[in-house]
Amino acid sequence: MRLPAKLLRFTRGQRWVHRATAILMGICLVTAAFLYIDVLSQLTGHRALIEWIHVIAGIGLPVPALIGLGSKAFRNDARILNRFSRNDWRWLRSRQRRDGGIAVGKFNAGQKLNANFQLGAILVMLGTGLVMRFANHWPISLRTGATFVHDWLAYAVLAAVLGHVWMANRDPNALRGMRTGYVPTSWARREHLVWAVHESARVSERAATKKKRTNVS
Amino acid sequence: MNRQWDDDERPPPRDHPDLPVDAPIDGEGRPVGRRIVLSMLGLGALGVVFGKQFQNVQNDVLAPVVSHDPTGLSNLLPAVDRFRYYNVTDSEPVRTASDYKLTVGGLVDRPMTLTLADLQAMPQTTLIKDFQCVTGWRVPQVHWSGVALPDLLEHVGVQKGASALRFTSFDGAYTESLTLAQAQRRDVLVALQMLGKPVTRDHGGPVRLYVAPMYGYKSCKWLGGIELASEVTPGYWEDLGYDVDAWVGKSNGRGDDAATS
Repeated sequence: MRLPAKLLRFTRGQRWVHRATAILMGICLVTAAFLYIDVLSQLTGHRALIEWIHVIAGIGLPVPALIGLGSKAFRNDARILNRFSRNDWRWLRSRQRRDGGIAVGKFNAGQKLNANFQLGAILVMLGTGLVMRFANHWPISLRTGATFVHDWLAYAVLAAVLGHVWMANRDPNALRGMRTGYVPTSWARREHLVWAVHESARVSERAATKKKRTNVS
Repeated sequence: MNRQWDDDERPPPRDHPDLPVDAPIDGEGRPVGRRIVLSMLGLGALGVVFGKQFQNVQNDVLAPVVSHDPTGLSNLLPAVDRFRYYNVTDSEPVRTASDYKLTVGGLVDRPMTLTLADLQAMPQTTLIKDFQCVTGWRVPQVHWSGVALPDLLEHVGVQKGASALRFTSFDGAYTESLTLAQAQRRDVLVALQMLGKPVTRDHGGPVRLYVAPMYGYKSCKWLGGIELASEVTPGYWEDLGYDVDAWVGKSNGRGDDAATS
């Protein structure tokens, strides 16, 4: 059985969700810097406008993923990201995780941790952000607590986003997967063996059925 | 039940020759992701409820470091008590000690324009009091000095019918307000000094307002004009929903302690 040259890793809808989320996250981080770091605030001023942009982008941040839930491919990947196999734990602990010796599925454990952390962070930032924005409806101590959580978690989110971008930039094939949707099968077998094998099988099977149908008619 | 596979697709083969025998199948395993998300929501809620206590501990630990930090890097730390820079226009307004002017007008007997030297020549009042921002941060025991607002009002003579003050910033956008009764308090200053030295440009210098019993947004930076009027006109942030009477601890839904001295 010949392997397909490339595999579909992300559908158009999934890539749209990723891009929209990335843009909104970028807006949140940049406006946060201008609200938070005095030197930058002194450069721009316009505090009310920047705050407004920050709040709108923050409220919008979960929206692409919510829309994505309408796509079967997105729901499937969400399910995969949720579940950790025994190999995921082994992969996390192993020092040779990058050698491909431990077979992992469509996402490795690092990607799963990142995705789930970002989801949790987006929700916590949204909740604490709403407490801060509509401060009058809450007791003072909650308002202070929300600011405390929002500020510290912002640094963790920044670190996770920078790490995510850095890792992606080291791997042109991973970038290609998110840009075009397709990845070379050879890359997939090296990085995501279980997924590559199953996906290849599915593609071949589909091609075979199609061929059979064409032959019949 | 194999919920992880769509009904129209059979689960992939476990025993493919290319796969090790123990290869996992995508979508099987424990729902660790959900646990991570739920834990973060729980921790976030705990942080919101007990954040004030955490912050107090953090401030106690960091205060010595922050106050002796020459690099200014500690300003990047979250939730540390320090002045934060707020400006509502596109660039910082510039008035130096030599070209500074404060216009006082409206319902007064003697409308006048005061230079910094004029203000310095008037009796000075000194206060050591906290600065409390409505967004939560507070800088304790700030050294303020300047002309007490009631002294300035006496200097210009308030006319009958005046019951409110309108402050304008020379940034061209910011405005603030006080009732005449509030403006007669001795802890409301036209501040020339802050933190023990002339008010810097970032802090609203050369002259700003300091309204000790109220939240920071009442303490108009880059003070350019004072006008006596018959009624209160809500200021910049008040048009955006903040309380006009901004008593610390008794407005904006907040319960902070009053500014201590």
